[in-house]
Amino acid sequence: MTSRVRPHLSYNEPLLFERSSPGKVAYQLPELDVPPVDPKEALGPSNVREAIDDFPEVSEVEVIRHYTRLSAWNYAIDFGMYPLGSCTMKYNPRVNELVARLEGLAWAHPYQPESLAQGAMEVMARLEAALAEITGMDAVTLQPAAGAQGELTALLMMRALLERRGNPRKKILIPDSAHGTNPASAATAGYAVENIKSNEAGMLDVAALEQHVNEDVAALMLTNPNTLGIFEEQIERVAEILHAKGALLYMDGANMNALMGIARPGDFGVDALHLNLHKTFSTPHGGGGPGAGPVAVKRELEPFLPVPRLKRTGKKWAYDYRRKDSIGRVRAFYGNFGVLVRALAYILAHGGPGLRNVTLDAVLNANYIRRKLEPHFDLPYPSPAMHEVVFSDARQAVHDVHTGEIAKRLIDYGFHPYTVSFPLIVRGAMMIEPTETETKHELDRFIQAMIDIAGEAEQDSEIVRNAPHATRTSRVDEVAAARKPVLRWKPA
Amino acid sequence: MYPENLRYSKEHEWVRLEDDTATIGITDHAQEELGDIVYVDLPKAGTTVEQGKALGTVESVKAVSEIFSPVTGEVLEINPALADAPEKLNEDPHGEAWLLKVRLKGAPPLDQLMTAAEYESFIGEEKK
Repeated sequence: MTSRVRPHLSYNEPLLFERSSPGKVAYQLPELDVPPVDPKEALGPSNVREAIDDFPEVSEVEVIRHYTRLSAWNYAIDFGMYPLGSCTMKYNPRVNELVARLEGLAWAHPYQPESLAQGAMEVMARLEAALAEITGMDAVTLQPAAGAQGELTALLMMRALLERRGNPRKKILIPDSAHGTNPASAATAGYAVENIKSNEAGMLDVAALEQHVNEDVAALMLTNPNTLGIFEEQIERVAEILHAKGALLYMDGANMNALMGIARPGDFGVDALHLNLHKTFSTPHGGGGPGAGPVAVKRELEPFLPVPRLKRTGKKWAYDYRRKDSIGRVRAFYGNFGVLVRALAYILAHGGPGLRNVTLDAVLNANYIRRKLEPHFDLPYPSPAMHEVVFSDARQAVHDVHTGEIAKRLIDYGFHPYTVSFPLIVRGAMMIEPTETETKHELDRFIQAMIDIAGEAEQDSEIVRNAPHATRTSRVDEVAAARKPVLRWKPA
Repeated sequence: MYPENLRYSKEHEWVRLEDDTATIGITDHAQEELGDIVYVDLPKAGTTVEQGKALGTVESVKAVSEIFSPVTGEVLEINPALADAPEKLNEDPHGEAWLLKVRLKGAPPLDQLMTAAEYESFIGEEKK
């Protein structure tokens, strides 16, 4: 057994259903001070239930303790390193939270009149300006609530621009290393998707691109650095090829944390991109939200940005709704404001040189891991790595140990698994992104864990294949769960 | 491994041709790559499937993948056994776990379908 397991906090936890006993309640209502209404009369008898079978009856403190205990089961960046590639699980500095909790920002209401919302509007205007400067673009919308919604927003704007030029075109080109959201967004925007193969360096094949680009192509959606963590060195040539045929270049900015302060998409020919504030700009990774996926565009796409736009008149900010070319709203109010506040706090706390350091440290950390693990794991693409590194399980697979099993064994060593089986173009992919926030000490612990597991794969592969051993529950039967799901608790 | 009486597509479907009827399934290589299959979504009888276009999806623990039709025609019947027992696709992909039968429209595109030997060397290449 490994000696590196971090202790976890709690015991197994029964379901609330199992704590139930009749008559326990978690509320106390005041006496009714209006005439009672018979719900059967008001709603119709068929819509009213006398009782709900097996509905748990518990006290308030039982509910609180139950969920608090469960919350301690989560692995989180605040417990330890979270090397999940592509997801950029960096530590979120607490100063972001402090700023977001300032009374005037935390309690701001979207229906506040403009005259009383000048501070909140200033926050958004400053964030737009900062993101435009960082990306080298001309204008930014903060409305989209996630990266994928940002993609769709940008594609709708590009469609509008191409329509204006006379032909919306039919196809979007997407490399085979792309995030799955790219083809989904293109299809949602009404485009057909054409895949382009990567070359042996793990980059977009420029010759293949040249063959694919014609008058039917609306845009290329390119992640840069791509999902292999490799910078697309031909990016300027790529932009030229597209622009020569009247097509546009969209950049999936998911990996902007490898460029921030060093290179600007606007300078290498990108027409539009989205940013995932929860990755590069350290806002919380929500369990599905709230998020923010701002879109930055070049001047030519600016008229099509969602309304309202912030406008400065004299000394005051105002919302401009009268923009005839806008694609319209994509989100209620002004996006997820609380997330935007945190991103601006992060940017201002670091300043320009600080953000540049964030990028340099992220790239350094990934390359440190790469160099240390290269002797032990197969590296399918030897091109220089940026902020993350993709290995494959080829050298362990000969011992019948695969990426998913190595990932589960990492849990025994006290780490969250890396990203398994993505990107799809690498068989048995192991994608590792340490982020800038880990110390060398922590990176060394992670590296040693990986090396130990590589050794186990050779000498004692059973222990890897059946991992994790140190957790409350080991492997669950995913197949049975999918084939014969049990969707409701029933008394034993 | 790969029966001689079937023809194979690059998208890893097989097709068995009898007069104007084609029986379609996924190959052993496909089920192997997908892993444990948990659900299959197929078109209704009477609908039209088109060669090279998606006709349905197969869902495994790993991923949801499209099934591309190797022929064009009208769906005659779908394999009723798969709804309750998708695991048959892992156990007997070339036999009991056929997906659907199609009445061919026009001649089958034999030039785009591989023989067993050709398919075996095709997946050998793909693995490299």
